[in-house]
Amino acid sequence: MALKGKVAIIDLSKGEVTKKSIPEKLRHLFLGGRGMAAYLLYHHLKPGADPFGPDNVLMANAGLLTGTVAPAASRTQMTGKSPETGAIGRGNMGGFFGAELKFAGFEHLVFKGASKKPVYAYVHDGEIEIRDASHLWGRDTIETQKIIKEELGDKEVQVACIGIAGENMSVFGNIRTGLKNAAGRTGTGCIAGSKKLKAIAVRGTQGLSLAHPKEALEYSKKAIDKIMMTKVAKAMTVDGTSYIWNVTNASGLLEWMNGQTNKFPFGDWHNMTIEKFHDEFNVGMVGCFGCTVHCRHQFRLKEGPLAGELGEGPEYNTQTAMGSFGLNNWGDMLYNWHLANIYGIDTTGWCNLVRGCMELYQRGIINKEITGGLDLSWENAQEITPILLELTAKNEGFGAILAKGHLGAIKELSKYSDQVGYYIMHCKGLGKLGNVDRVQPSFSLGIATSTRGADHLTSRPALDHYHLPEDVLEKLYGGRVSSDYRSYEGKARMVRWHENTYAVVDALGTCKFQTVFFSPNLPSLNEWVHYLRYIAGLEFTVDELFEVGERIYTLEKMINHREAGHTRKDDYPPERSFKEGLPYGLGPVKGKHIERKKYDKMLDEYYALHGWDNNGVPTPETLKHLELDMEPLI
Amino acid sequence: MEKMILVDYKKCTGCRLCENVCSVHNEGVCNPSLARIKIIKWEWDGMQIPTICQQCLEPACMEVCPVKAISKDKELGCIKINHEKCIGCRLCLAYCPFGGIVYNFSRGEVSKCEFCDGDPMCVKYCETKAIQFVDANTADVKKKRSLGATILKAVGSRE
Repeated sequence: MALKGKVAIIDLSKGEVTKKSIPEKLRHLFLGGRGMAAYLLYHHLKPGADPFGPDNVLMANAGLLTGTVAPAASRTQMTGKSPETGAIGRGNMGGFFGAELKFAGFEHLVFKGASKKPVYAYVHDGEIEIRDASHLWGRDTIETQKIIKEELGDKEVQVACIGIAGENMSVFGNIRTGLKNAAGRTGTGCIAGSKKLKAIAVRGTQGLSLAHPKEALEYSKKAIDKIMMTKVAKAMTVDGTSYIWNVTNASGLLEWMNGQTNKFPFGDWHNMTIEKFHDEFNVGMVGCFGCTVHCRHQFRLKEGPLAGELGEGPEYNTQTAMGSFGLNNWGDMLYNWHLANIYGIDTTGWCNLVRGCMELYQRGIINKEITGGLDLSWENAQEITPILLELTAKNEGFGAILAKGHLGAIKELSKYSDQVGYYIMHCKGLGKLGNVDRVQPSFSLGIATSTRGADHLTSRPALDHYHLPEDVLEKLYGGRVSSDYRSYEGKARMVRWHENTYAVVDALGTCKFQTVFFSPNLPSLNEWVHYLRYIAGLEFTVDELFEVGERIYTLEKMINHREAGHTRKDDYPPERSFKEGLPYGLGPVKGKHIERKKYDKMLDEYYALHGWDNNGVPTPETLKHLELDMEPLI
Repeated sequence: MEKMILVDYKKCTGCRLCENVCSVHNEGVCNPSLARIKIIKWEWDGMQIPTICQQCLEPACMEVCPVKAISKDKELGCIKINHEKCIGCRLCLAYCPFGGIVYNFSRGEVSKCEFCDGDPMCVKYCETKAIQFVDANTADVKKKRSLGATILKAVGSRE
């Protein structure tokens, strides 16, 4: 076994650290990253733990290949029981933190208990110190990183930290590293806040030994060349994830005003294109560890209280999320995006809850008395967005309602109307993103069944949109899948394939953007078996690797069933997707919504393929087959 | 022909793949701390600067070496360490003005960029061509052409 990163269990209540090696058996079953995260969460979380309490765990899980020469091997997952959903909480980030954690000799950090006073963990070359963080409490996510690097006297230290949102236990609190990298969703920063853990600083000079260094290096070059040959990689190097925004917007595939329309209603959308961003704000592109695609833009803010500050982004998703409630130009979007980043707020989820509340305001369900005097009209977005961000981060005023997340806000606001749960849209408590799912059954099924809640990163079945020949799809998915993105046929198979495959890439710690997520020509299971052989010295067939994905996904499902009681009822998209057809667009799009009977049939097929019962619960036979019924090894 | 490594700082995206492939090729492990190239960052200002041995024409490391273990490879134009002769005093590390000498703590000796036997990994894996391996004799021409292009843009053509 070539890679030897350890697991450290850090009890913040007692100030004790235990270090453990990872048994080879677990490498074969779960790889690392998201796979080991599911394993460790299942066995180290006290069943039924309060997500805000000391019995919850917070983990940093670097991928098995993170820090190696596999292309774009930069990723780290932050994991715990989500305070936002009560189910599995996992957010994945790039940057340089994960690689440095590996060089420091660790792959997984498991924080248990809670400190009485603010602390940060300093992890360096096999050692872990818990240090005072009183002077960091209240600092933003960029100041915190600067101060820690300064006081440790080492600019090469990498820091993951929370902002004031996490400190104040807003469920949108995320964990941040660098200028913008974020383990954004499911509120892992809120868990850190509950443990008074302000930051994790890592620094290491230990090498990662490789099974076959020469072959690993050569194969890496081959894979990089393959990646850089694709059109999507070329587009990403210039436009980042925003490269598809113009197309999806023009096709009527983005939702505005909380899904009331799919035609941009806030003026001229050309002010929000990536070309406009290039003209006015872009100062260059940067990459995460070991990545040749470098999809991250940098910008300098021109106006407002943060004028002159350097930020990173935008991303397609935030471009849509911030635009969805009325920010209609780059100046406003970038200012609020950077503000969210320094507070440490998940923009995707937060923006969805805000637009839900704005529709409630539009319909007169809530008013100024409830919002603390704030006018939540769409045309007022520019004024209220920074105020709402600050209130959410401070968990004050109307922000205290937002800070409870979708489930909490629905509970709180439902006393004013029984329609609140219809307009605040989520799956499993996690806010929906701004993509239209109503015309694409596969996308709808994917966001609804995702183990962390409404999320495109768990299964995004993008190939639906490329209208590939069906024999190509059949070969890829191992069964018939319609090439029409509006069809329900074979889409259960498609979603399950993407779920399992993405679970593998998240366990490896390489970037999902360099997989079939964007193009069938990017690396997938066929290539990853070679990464594993040359780098980690692990032998897998493609089918065996796919089964690792199934194992990880099924274990996450078990965690949700155990912790949140999730069953079939939790695997549906928001009601609006069934009830309201899209108002605009060309023939293929206009008037479309998800049909309940067909959705139910698709869900039945999906469960059968996963080996779960008709209620969405893994069967005993499946657990046995996947070896998920074994006694814990660590 | 003598070669040079030229760095275009503005093209660097700070990914550090050069560090990692350098360490795998030369040390057999992924360990940027042992790499001969290093990206120095001012991350809050958006600047990242690849730093590497300049292969000086009058190398301080060579001059200071008490056992003459450092010499010039005339064919490639790089400065090499003879580990048979080296006594590990690390005066070279102390006197190099650029940090071009690395203390290889895993092998207990000093090391430096020796152009990977004529096929530098950092160059090979750098997608943005921020690091280039060029003929030393004509290294200036590309830069002059770039200057010319700037002038052309400013003054326009003769027509």
